[in-house]
Amino acid sequence: MATIAPARTETARAPGASAAARAFLRRELLLAWRRRNDALFPVLYAIIVAALFPFALGPEPQLLARISGGVLLVTVLLAMLPTLESMFRGDLEDGSLEQMLLAPQPLALLALARIVGYWLTTTLPLIVVAPLLALLLHLPLDVLPVLLSALLLATPLLALLGAVLAALTAGTRRSAILLALMLLPLAVPVVIFAAGAVAAAQSGLPHSAPLLWLAAALVLALVLAPLACAAALRIAIES
Amino acid sequence: MSEPSSNPAPLLRVHALAFARNDEAVFGPLDFALDRGETLLVEGDNGSGKTTLLRVLAGLLPPSTGEIRCDGQAISRDAIAGRMVFLGHHPGMKSDLSPCENLAFLSGLYGTREGVSVDAALAQVDLSIYAHTPLRLLSAGQKKRAALARLTLLPGELWLLDEPYANLDRHGIELVNALISMHGARGGATLLTSHGAVRFADPNARHVRLELAA
Amino acid sequence: MKIIPLWLHKLSSPPAFYRFAGRLRPWLFGSALLLGAVGLYGGLVLAPPDYQQGDAYRIIFIHVPCAWMSLFGYGCMAVAALIALVWRIKLAEVIAMECAPVGAAFTFITLVTGSLWGKPMWGTWWTWDARLTSELVLLFLYFGVIGLFNAIEDRRRAARAASLLALVGIVNLPIVHYSVVWWNTLHQGSTVNLFGKSHISGAMLWPLLLMALATHLYFFASVLNRARVGLLAVEGGKDWARNLIAESANA
Repeated sequence: MATIAPARTETARAPGASAAARAFLRRELLLAWRRRNDALFPVLYAIIVAALFPFALGPEPQLLARISGGVLLVTVLLAMLPTLESMFRGDLEDGSLEQMLLAPQPLALLALARIVGYWLTTTLPLIVVAPLLALLLHLPLDVLPVLLSALLLATPLLALLGAVLAALTAGTRRSAILLALMLLPLAVPVVIFAAGAVAAAQSGLPHSAPLLWLAAALVLALVLAPLACAAALRIAIES
Repeated sequence: MSEPSSNPAPLLRVHALAFARNDEAVFGPLDFALDRGETLLVEGDNGSGKTTLLRVLAGLLPPSTGEIRCDGQAISRDAIAGRMVFLGHHPGMKSDLSPCENLAFLSGLYGTREGVSVDAALAQVDLSIYAHTPLRLLSAGQKKRAALARLTLLPGELWLLDEPYANLDRHGIELVNALISMHGARGGATLLTSHGAVRFADPNARHVRLELAA
Repeated sequence: MKIIPLWLHKLSSPPAFYRFAGRLRPWLFGSALLLGAVGLYGGLVLAPPDYQQGDAYRIIFIHVPCAWMSLFGYGCMAVAALIALVWRIKLAEVIAMECAPVGAAFTFITLVTGSLWGKPMWGTWWTWDARLTSELVLLFLYFGVIGLFNAIEDRRRAARAASLLALVGIVNLPIVHYSVVWWNTLHQGSTVNLFGKSHISGAMLWPLLLMALATHLYFFASVLNRARVGLLAVEGGKDWARNLIAESANA
């Protein structure tokens, strides 16, 4: 029995789950800071896509104002796609994923920390630049708060769903199109409710219901997506 | 291959362990035991399934047949996690972070061995002067040393080392041997793989020659 | 009562399943064909024309059973996927993956026939009607599962990853349907209700039910048939598969 005792104390010395999640998040933020130029690419991409619409449709403010909410949501979704695809790829290639899986910590929690880190570093800049894009597309100013709250609810939801799919495609080549194909059906309700809230606000209808549905879906995804993501990562590592 | 030691429940006991990928046997069935203070060297040619064996033992791959027991108990993820330090082909570190930051992150997940700091662990592998240099600026051997530093830092009785000698010069090889001897002296167990080109110094280590199953 | 689990356990061994599915196959295909022929005769010839839609409605004898099958196929895939993930049963992995193309085919037929029906009914090939839109999303869900399965090289890992995606999809499916219905009312799209509260007469009902039965049988026949081939692909290295291939080469 004496030989087992030190083993027990060594296990007991593993940091608590919340400390581990904090360490994980700190690393994510540090990494994002080291590669801070990368954060600009989705933003530039979103600006380019949003700026193409007036060229394609003509610059009439009424037309642009009517479509701007939907265009902005689709733009943000498209800008997230390439970054989602590489969410776990680097971790798989440099062996960090193995260390993450073998740590004496709940994998779902670490996955959640990864998703939170992704949202803070990749998606938040998109939301920050959204008012500028809204301005370009003549979105009525009084609808802007609704657009921002829709984005604040929809983007974490998309990040959670996308993380599951990114974990599933982590080991595959040319996964960008595959990820888009897999994400589309999952993103349909998110886009419908987020754009629906903006559209409802624009036509003076009550818009809280779709936002509340988004919030409910976000809560559900916060619970389920990290678990699914952990299961997907375990499958991905079996190569 | 070797008899279990006098302890009724060795740290790691493997019985009839085999792994097949798409119904083609990769290794096994294997029987061996590894107790505290012991070192087991798994030798085999390239493609003989050494890495796969280590990944199965670490719990990254499910075995096709057979069982792995840790302290006499059937293995589960919770049972082995935190008692094992795994060193794979890849360093498991972020190239944009310095060795110091990488190790601090790992200790955030795994905890640290009592009385060991990140700086001490880096000094042990002769990497103190590069402690704050991003990993991508280091040479392959230096990266390997940074990866090895986790062995000193992280708690865990069982070391699973996949080709720890790769990319290392003579001093580096001696360093690995010294780390393993030290680990054995304090009651830890090591299982390491090598394709056999490196002379392993520890005379007490047991050797297992892994044969590719037909 | 222990006989059934025992029988299922025996059946889950690949060679036993291979033989069982092989014996079942002609009966399933045969009865599907027979029932389908009778159902089509009843639907296209015996059933009276609709007082509003004339003969155009007769496409429901294809469209409606296929629409049912598109959902039923996804359900079957999800159940097999769950079994595959929880118990790691090889046969369940194969069946889940073989459900996907068959279900996707039914979904595709549903969309095409719906579009053909839409032309005389709504005057357009495509309308963003809630049912059709959900069906389109369902098709993409199937494509995602098939695409992921084909993107991963290791067959068993691919099956497990795609199974997980199938399960994510089944959680998503009711949400999609609800959101699409909500979206439809918000945007005041077409309000033509194909089935609404209309009553279906007996002369139209029995061919429809026969067709539904026939498509179910065809689905099972097709999945079992595909699963046999899938099993051979996965188990190619095993003795029973080698013997089988040697036998068929000699014959």
